[in-house]
Amino acid sequence: MSDWPLLSLVTFLPLVGAAFIFLFAQGGTEAADRNAKGVALMTTLLTFLISLVIWANFENGTADFQFVERRGWLGGNIDYSMGVDGISMLFVVLTAFLMPICILASWRSITMRVREYMIAFLMLECMMIGVFCALDFALFYLFFEGGLIPMFLIIGVWGGERRVYSSFKFFLYTLLGSVLLLLALIYMYFEAGTTDIPTLMAHGFTAEAQTWLWLAFFASFAVKMPMWPVHTWLPDAHVEAPTAGSVILAGVLLKMGGYGFLRFSLPMLPLASDLFVPLVFTLSVVAVIYTSLVALMQEDMKKLIAYSSVAHMGFVTIGIFTFNTQGIEGGIFQMLSHGIVSAALFLCVGVVYDRIHSREIARYGGLVNRMPIYAFTFMVFMLASVGLPGTAGFVGEILVLVGVYQVNTWVAALAALGVILGAAYMLWLYRRTVFGQLEKDDLKQIQDMDSREIAFFAPLVILAIVMGVYPGPFLDVMHVSVDHLIQQYQTAIQAAADGAGVSQLAAK
Amino acid sequence: MANAHDYATAAPEIFLAIMAMVLLMLGVFRGNQSTRLLSWLAVATFAVALLMVLRAPMESSVSFAGMYVADSFTGFVKAMVLIAAAGGLIMSLGYIKEEGMNRFEYPVLFVLATLGMMMMVSANDLIALYMGIELQSLALYVVAAFKRDSLRSTEAGLKYFVLGALSSGMLLYGCSLIYGFTGATGFDAIASAMKGQEHASIGLIVGIVFLCAGLAFKVSAVPFHMWTPDVYEGAPTPVTAFFAVAPKIAALALFMRALIVPFVAISADWQQIIIVISVASMLLGAFAAIWQNNIKRLMGYSSIGHVGYALIGLAAGSAEGVRGVLIYLAIYVAMNLGTFACILCMRRKTGMVEGISDLAGLSKNNPMMALALAVFMFSMAGIPPLGGFFGKFYVFVAAVNAELYALAVIGVLASVVGAFYYLRIIKVMYFDEPGEPFEAPMAMEMRAIIGLCGIFVVFFAFYTAPFVASAQVAASALVP
Repeated sequence: MSDWPLLSLVTFLPLVGAAFIFLFAQGGTEAADRNAKGVALMTTLLTFLISLVIWANFENGTADFQFVERRGWLGGNIDYSMGVDGISMLFVVLTAFLMPICILASWRSITMRVREYMIAFLMLECMMIGVFCALDFALFYLFFEGGLIPMFLIIGVWGGERRVYSSFKFFLYTLLGSVLLLLALIYMYFEAGTTDIPTLMAHGFTAEAQTWLWLAFFASFAVKMPMWPVHTWLPDAHVEAPTAGSVILAGVLLKMGGYGFLRFSLPMLPLASDLFVPLVFTLSVVAVIYTSLVALMQEDMKKLIAYSSVAHMGFVTIGIFTFNTQGIEGGIFQMLSHGIVSAALFLCVGVVYDRIHSREIARYGGLVNRMPIYAFTFMVFMLASVGLPGTAGFVGEILVLVGVYQVNTWVAALAALGVILGAAYMLWLYRRTVFGQLEKDDLKQIQDMDSREIAFFAPLVILAIVMGVYPGPFLDVMHVSVDHLIQQYQTAIQAAADGAGVSQLAAK
Repeated sequence: MANAHDYATAAPEIFLAIMAMVLLMLGVFRGNQSTRLLSWLAVATFAVALLMVLRAPMESSVSFAGMYVADSFTGFVKAMVLIAAAGGLIMSLGYIKEEGMNRFEYPVLFVLATLGMMMMVSANDLIALYMGIELQSLALYVVAAFKRDSLRSTEAGLKYFVLGALSSGMLLYGCSLIYGFTGATGFDAIASAMKGQEHASIGLIVGIVFLCAGLAFKVSAVPFHMWTPDVYEGAPTPVTAFFAVAPKIAALALFMRALIVPFVAISADWQQIIIVISVASMLLGAFAAIWQNNIKRLMGYSSIGHVGYALIGLAAGSAEGVRGVLIYLAIYVAMNLGTFACILCMRRKTGMVEGISDLAGLSKNNPMMALALAVFMFSMAGIPPLGGFFGKFYVFVAAVNAELYALAVIGVLASVVGAFYYLRIIKVMYFDEPGEPFEAPMAMEMRAIIGLCGIFVVFFAFYTAPFVASAQVAASALVP
C-alpha cells in the first residue's frame, strides 16, 4: 500500500475527472450537465476517500515527511517531490472533504455552463491539494499560483453583480504578493542549490538574507491569509463569488497563507521570524479588533462573515508566531475549524440566497418560524464561530490565547477582546435573521432545507461538534511535527545567540 | 577562397537561397494562380532546412574566414526561426486569398526574409551582421506593405521602411566606430583586440551604444519601439504574426552574440545599457497596453514587454541568461503564433475585425477558441503551470544569479501590471455577454496551429527538463 504514489493520486485524480468531463460531457444539453455533475461528485468523493486512506496510514509518531515521492522534474535539483507531515496532513483531508460538499451545494444553484463550472472546481481542487502535498518549493509555487486561474474564472463567470471588479482585484492582489515569493524562491535556490523543502529547512540562511526573504514571503502569505491591511480583496471576492466559491475561498484558500508561514517562514527563516514578531502581533491584533468592529456594521451577510474570517485569521497568525506548542497547535486547529465553520456559514447564507436571492440582513427575520432545521444548523455554526465551549471554534481560540499569554499578556488581552466582539456580531446577525417576527411576505412561503441540503450539512455539523468535544485525534496528528518545528526554531535562535556572544567575546 | 567546409557550414542558408530563386522562377512562369502551391513549397523548404539544421553537427564550426559560424546556439535559434516562419506562412494561406493579396511574391519574400534571419543568427562579423539584417529588413518592408490597396498597410510599410533605414544607419555608424577603435570587424578578432582591457575607450563605447540602438530597433525595445504598434496594427494580420515572432528571435540572437562574444571583456559597460532598455521595455509594455482597444496594437505593446523580459537574460550576460532568453523565446513563439491564429479567426461577414470588444462572449459562441486564447493569455501573463511562467522563471533565475535584484523586482512587478490587460481579454471572452459570432468553421490549418501551440504551452511543465537541457547546450556554445 505504501508503495503507491498516494499523494500524486489524490492530487491529480480531480484533474482526471476534469479531463473526463471535458472530453465526454459535451453538447450543453441537460443530460450532459447532469453527467458533468455526477462525474464531479464521484471524483471528489473518491478523492476524499483516498485522503482518508492516507490519513489512516499516517504515522503520528514521527515528524518526518511521509508518503514521500520523488521524481526528476526541471533538472538542476528542482524535483517533483511530494510528502506530508503532521502540519499538512489535515489540510489535505480538509480540502478533499469540502469539495464534494461544494459540488452538492452547487447542484441546483448553478444552471449556466455547468460543465465548465465543474471542470474549474476540479482543477482548483488539484491545485489546492498540490499546495499542501508539495515538498519542493518550485512545485509548491506552481500549485500556489495555478489555483488563481480557476478561482478567477469561478468568481468572474458565475459571480454576482460586481464580479468583474472582484475577480480582478482577487487575481491582481494575490499575484502581486506571489511574484515576490517567486524571487525569494529563486534566491534560495541559488543559496542552497536546491528547492527541496526539507533541505531548505536545514539550510541556515544568513540573518540579513533572512530578513529580506521573510519580507518577500510575508508579502505573499499575508495577502493570502489575509492580514490587515491587505485584506480588502477578501470581502469583495466573497460577496461576489458563488456560494461554493466562497466556501472554498474561506475553507481552503485562506489556509494557504497560514500554511505558508508554518512551512516556509518559521522553519527556513527562524531569525527573521523572531525579529518580526512585533509586526505580526500588531497587524494581527488590529485585524482582530478592527475587522470585528467592521463586521458589526455590515448589512450584507456574506460580507459580515468575510470580515469575521479576517478576524479569525488574525488569531491564527498570533498563534503561529508565539512559537510555543499551544500557540502553533491552536493556530493550526483554528485554521481547520475555521475551514469547517466558516465554510458552513457561507453555505448557510447560500441556502437562503438560493430561495430569496438576497444577502441583505434586513431582508430577513423570523426564519425560525418557517425553517426550524435551518435555524438549528445555522445556530450550531454561529456558536462554533463565536467559540462556544464544546464546538470546534473554542479549542483553537483557547489554545491560541493560552499560547500567547505566555509570550505577551497584552496581545492576549486584546485578542480576547476580539472574541467578545466576535460573539457580538455573530449573535446579532443571528438575532436579526433567524429570530424576530416573520414579516416579509416572501419569507412566509420559504421552504426549510431539503434532503440534499441536510445531506451536506450533516457531516459539517457533526464535525463542528466532534472537533470541539474530542479534539484529540486532530491534535495528535500535528503534535510531533509541531514539536519538531519549535525545536528547530529554538536551536536556530540559540545558535544565533551563541554566535553573537562569541563574536562579542572576540571583539573584546 | 571558400572551401567545401565553408559551404557545408552554411548549407541550410544556401539551400534556402537556391529555393528562393526556384520559387521565384516558378512564380514568374506560372503566375499568381500558383501562390498556394508556392506557399506549400516554401513551407516544405522550411521543413527541409529545419531538418538540415537539426542534423548539423553540434560542435562549433567557423567558416568564410571567421565571418560565419554554426554551432548549437545557432542551431537552436534557427530551428525556432524556421518553425516560426513556417507557421506564419501557413497562417497566411487563407488570408491572402480572402483579402486579395494572392500574389506569388508573398511566399518568396518570406523565404528571403527567413534567409536573412538565418544569416543574422550565424553572423560572426559586423559585415555579415549588416548583410543579414538588410536582407531580412528589405523583404519585411515589402511584405508589410503587401496589401497595396490598403492605406494602413502601405503606411505601415512606409513607416517601417523609413524608421528601419534610420536604425540601419545608426547600426552602420556604430559598426564603423567599433571598427575604427578596435581595428577589426570579426567578433573573435574584436574580442582578442579587447583582451586585457578593463575599460573601453570612449569612442568604442559610443560605437557600442549605436550598435545597441540599431539592434534595439530591430527587437522593438524601448526607446526604439515607436514603429511597433503602428506597424503591427497596419500590416496585414498574418504578416504581423510573422513580425511578432521570427525577426524578433533572429534579432535577439544576434543581439546576444554581438554583445557577448566580442565585448565580453567590457560586459559591465554594455550591461547597464541593456538593463535600462529592459526596464523601460517592460514598464512601457505593461502600462501602455492597458488603454488599447485594438488587439493587434495590444499585441504590439505586449511584444515590447516580452522583449523587455528576454533582455533581462541578456543583461545577466551569463550562460544562464542566454539559456533563459532561448527558453523564453521558444515559448514566446508558441504563444504568439497561437494568439495570432486566433486573431486571424476573428472574421465576420463584413470582414476581419480587430477590436478587443469583438471578442465579447466568445466562450459561448466558440468555446474551444476562447479556451485556447485564454490559455495563451494566462501564459503570457506568466501564470503557472503554463509555459509562459517557465519562460519568465528562467530569465529571473539568471537575473538573481547575476545579482540584478532591482531588475528582477521591477520585472516581476511589471508582470503584475501586464497581467491586467491579458486578464481583460479573458474577461471580455468569458464574463461579457456574447456579441455577433465569428464566421465558422475555422480553417483546418488554423485549428492545427492553435491546437499545437496550445498543447505546447499547456504541457510545457512535463517536458521542461529536456527542453532546458538543450537550451543549456545551446547557451554554452555562446558563453563558454
